[in-house]
Amino acid sequence: MAGSPSGPRTLFDKLWDSHAIVTREDGQTLLWVDRHFVHEGSFHAFNKLTERDARVAHPELTFGIADHYVPTRRSGRSIDPAIQNMIDQLARNTLENDVLLFGLNDPRQGIVHVVGPEQGLTLPGLLIVCGDSHTSTHGAFGAWGFGIGASEVAHVLMTQTLWQRRPKRMRITVDGTLAPGIGAKDIALSIIARIGADGAQGHAVEYAGSAIRALSMEGRLTLCNLSIEAGARCGMVAPDETTIAYLRGRPFAPAGDEFERAAEDWLRLQSDEDAEFDREIILNGSEIAPVVTWGVSPEDALPITMAVPDPEVISDPSKAAQIRDALAYMDLRPGQKLTDVSIDRVFIGSCTNSRIEDLRAAAQVLFGRKAKVPGLVSPGSSLVKQQAESEGLDRIFKEAGLEWVESGCSMCVGMNGDIVQPGERCASTTNRNFKGRQGPGARTHLMSPAMVAAAAVTGSLADVRRLIEERS
Amino acid sequence: MQPFQCLTAPACPLPYANIDTDQMIPARFMKRSRAEGYGGYLLHDMRFSSSGREIADFPLNQTPYRNAQIIVARRNFGAGSSREAAVYALVDYGVRCVIAPSFGDIFASNSVNNGLLPAKVGERDGEALIGLLQETHAELTVDLEAQTISVKGISVPFVIDPVWRTKLLNGWDDIDITLSQADAIARFREEDSLIRPWVTPRIRDGAGQTTM
Ligand code: SF4
Repeated sequence: MAGSPSGPRTLFDKLWDSHAIVTREDGQTLLWVDRHFVHEGSFHAFNKLTERDARVAHPELTFGIADHYVPTRRSGRSIDPAIQNMIDQLARNTLENDVLLFGLNDPRQGIVHVVGPEQGLTLPGLLIVCGDSHTSTHGAFGAWGFGIGASEVAHVLMTQTLWQRRPKRMRITVDGTLAPGIGAKDIALSIIARIGADGAQGHAVEYAGSAIRALSMEGRLTLCNLSIEAGARCGMVAPDETTIAYLRGRPFAPAGDEFERAAEDWLRLQSDEDAEFDREIILNGSEIAPVVTWGVSPEDALPITMAVPDPEVISDPSKAAQIRDALAYMDLRPGQKLTDVSIDRVFIGSCTNSRIEDLRAAAQVLFGRKAKVPGLVSPGSSLVKQQAESEGLDRIFKEAGLEWVESGCSMCVGMNGDIVQPGERCASTTNRNFKGRQGPGARTHLMSPAMVAAAAVTGSLADVRRLIEERS
Repeated sequence: MQPFQCLTAPACPLPYANIDTDQMIPARFMKRSRAEGYGGYLLHDMRFSSSGREIADFPLNQTPYRNAQIIVARRNFGAGSSREAAVYALVDYGVRCVIAPSFGDIFASNSVNNGLLPAKVGERDGEALIGLLQETHAELTVDLEAQTISVKGISVPFVIDPVWRTKLLNGWDDIDITLSQADAIARFREEDSLIRPWVTPRIRDGAGQTTM
């Protein structure tokens, strides 16, 4: 197999090798897990522990976070008992197992993939798992993060290990300079549109190139977050000075000399110059336009300047059927210009785009303008919320007519009751435009925070570049 | 875990690509306890209208397919959320095997952990099976030992990771195998803490807040 310890290795190979405990003849490797995040949905796994009369093997490496079900309007409202039960169940399971919980009322509470990095729990070189597919997010630090199912969560809780087979390696290189108003979300959606929602299945992806290097940590988190929407096992960016600067002073990260020593180790986590990848994809960053989705899979993405596809001119019958089905669900006409699609509401939030930089980008477009449709802004964590308020961003959102609420998964998945009504069309910074994802019958268009802000102001899908130009 | 060796059973064609795990079980049902069984929620919003009526066009609602234990779908089956509840819904409904040209990685490993076989076929073979099932409502035979799917004298191959195949054939659970590696795990941990001392989180009392 390529990537043996002696030859040149990719970043992923290095992470793999440093976590391998034993490799069986059949190729399965037992891997050590450095961090394990659990949330309300992890109850199936805790129940499996109870069945076996087992306890969490390494509580010091396990962290609980309430996010999927938390209400975003907390003060003075009563919580649905079934939802309260999900939150209480997590509190009980973590307490009984001595696991630190960032619970509903913790000032550090937020979405797991926002809180991990923010608290310095996510570090380069770590193997991080969570019963959530967007665990790929953490790869932004040169960590190896991936989502697992409940049986695997139970396995990690009991043993702090997992069996895996080495995935293939893919490198996605984006060179060039992004135009103003274009962000990590546009890069990610362009990649998914190009290779398909299953294009990276079975692959560990490394993002490289000058456009990636130029991204802030927030941008890299958005990019790695969406790796799973291309089907990848994980996505990662090699650590550099941007990574180190972000981590310095984070509460759970090493401090003082220990930090400097660790930083030396982290900066060595790079793919060797002549390391080979199983697949290479190259994009030109300067050609990337603001992207929106029109269908029911993240692969149904197009530059905002384009029109809705026409199934009648598609020769592959199953692809044509897929488009027809998507257009029927989304209530769109073939050939309709994307900028002619009017929307009913907006949502800014989720582990994809709810960090401070995302909120700043949206606020910049909204400043001094009014939204034509209602909408919700839910910061990724309580600390992001605090930061945004100290910068006055909350006022910009509120003055534009949007609702400023507490942090949580909220309208990304609708588990807490924040849903898009049946038939309504939502411009959203989230990651999945699946049928019914934001609520039964909801129609979702994915885009960047700046593009959602532009849609809010115009009441339809819009090219944010026009709104930026108007200002200058 | 229930082993999977060879199954001859009714099969249902689902001629859709990208059936994600949100479709397999919508989020709103996931607060329920597994003890109640998740079969009733399988593909809920594809099977039922908003008023709760069965959608007659949907294959799984049609008499010959209703008792399917095998599903044949298009590419990227099980993309999306890692929710194992999607597999619980299939298994509780009675499905033991899904045939498709590609699967979401997390869904596929969740399937194997629950004795459900994700059988990967060529795009053309998949289309042929879908076409045949739409015409004849035949039973399929899925033989994991031989890695073939056969029906009426036709036989198509499928692929599956050899380790998953062994696990399914024997009904093995990983945990017992892992626990037998306790010494190797302890040794790894000891050496690793010298090589990567920064792995263990530095927990401050009442852990402070970041300044960002
Ligand atoms: S914000 Fe959405 S995608 Fe992210 S963890 Fe929550 S539910 Fe999952």
